[in-house]
Amino acid sequence: MSKIHVSTTVNGDPVEFLADPRESLLDCLRNHLDLTGTKEGCGTGDCGACSVTLDGTLVCSCLVLGVEADGKSVGTIEGMATGAELHPLQRKFIEHAALQCGFCTPGILVAAKALLEQNDNPSESEIRYWLAGNLCRCTGYDKIVRAVMDAAAEIRGAA
Amino acid sequence: MRYHVAETFEEASRLAMAAGGVTRFLAGGTDVLVQMRAGAVSPDDLIDLKKIPGVRDIVQAADGGWRIGVAVSGAQLGVHAGVKRDWPGVVEGMELVGSTQVQGRATLIGNLCNGSPAADGVPALVAAGATVTVTGPGGHRDVAIEAIPAGPGKTALRQGEVISALTLPARGARGGDAYLRFIPRTEMDIAVVGCAVSLRVEGDTITEARVVLGAVAPTVVLVPEAAGALIGTTLDDAALSALDAAAQAACKPINDKRGTVEFRTEVAGVLARRAARIAYDRARGAK
Repeated sequence: MSKIHVSTTVNGDPVEFLADPRESLLDCLRNHLDLTGTKEGCGTGDCGACSVTLDGTLVCSCLVLGVEADGKSVGTIEGMATGAELHPLQRKFIEHAALQCGFCTPGILVAAKALLEQNDNPSESEIRYWLAGNLCRCTGYDKIVRAVMDAAAEIRGAA
Repeated sequence: MRYHVAETFEEASRLAMAAGGVTRFLAGGTDVLVQMRAGAVSPDDLIDLKKIPGVRDIVQAADGGWRIGVAVSGAQLGVHAGVKRDWPGVVEGMELVGSTQVQGRATLIGNLCNGSPAADGVPALVAAGATVTVTGPGGHRDVAIEAIPAGPGKTALRQGEVISALTLPARGARGGDAYLRFIPRTEMDIAVVGCAVSLRVEGDTITEARVVLGAVAPTVVLVPEAAGALIGTTLDDAALSALDAAAQAACKPINDKRGTVEFRTEVAGVLARRAARIAYDRARGAK
């Protein structure tokens, strides 16, 4: 099985790797690029733990082949903070204790950021529908929704 | 597995024709990758269609219809003002498929070619009278949507054939469509029953109608008897009762964990009534 050379951009940095064409983008991020912030939950697009953006669109990286990322721009949780400064969503998740085991958290943060980039004042209902593809088995979602609303308010205030 | 990036549909067709083993086309990948992961399908050749020029485009034809590329995602369709205005039922059906993440990739044609009788994207396409262009070894042919599904997981496409475009007809004046499904929760589930209705009115009288049911037979089914119950009426109680009865009569569902035969049959009638009401209101509101 010959591997395919992939050139892509991850969090603004140009990167290259060799992928087996059957490998998911998720596996390429984790195993070839050592970007292990993106988690594998189900591997079948149901849980959202592997959420990333692909050319700005929110997707499950387990449902994208690594070779499909060639020439595209990928955004992962590792690109969310600016140096040591956390993104408002990350800070609000800590303040609101919106995580317990934390396994779903990177995916939820990436998904929530994608929401706030297109809607800076989402209703609770809009947040719940947007995040319906991100499963959390610990929190019961309430603190997550509050954290997203609070982060949105802070971002609006700062703008 | 050999991964091919086709640059034209003719090339995709040739690659598929030359492939000896299991072949899959890749657009959104939200079904194919899951099947690969589960070991249900192990393609020898995977042919990516997304680099073919125009596959992500939504273009209005000279007659007012819409040509939708095979890699247009649900997310892209959901923000397209023109298609939403003309065919809101088609858009609302597609938007029911999966999560935000799945919407970022999933396509109408993928939903069609996956061959699920419960596909939410398909009934409204059939109701709309949409067609697909099939590119194969013999050239191109245009086929009605309802001719593609051949049973659960099966399509009528032959080796070397690939769908290269989806065409929605011009909506025309005083038309409306709608799609509804029943699921036991609010989001992220597979239809127990789905129903799409597209109709046209003259004044308050329905002059054209197409009624389509999903998840109640091995394929999505067009129900001419249900359409007949609507045409010539003003959607009064008698018409709705006749529609309900015709929809139920067309059901040949399975019993499974999502619904019994009796439940699916009854719900088909209820959804037909409700979808017809929405389509009727949309048609009259658009006059």
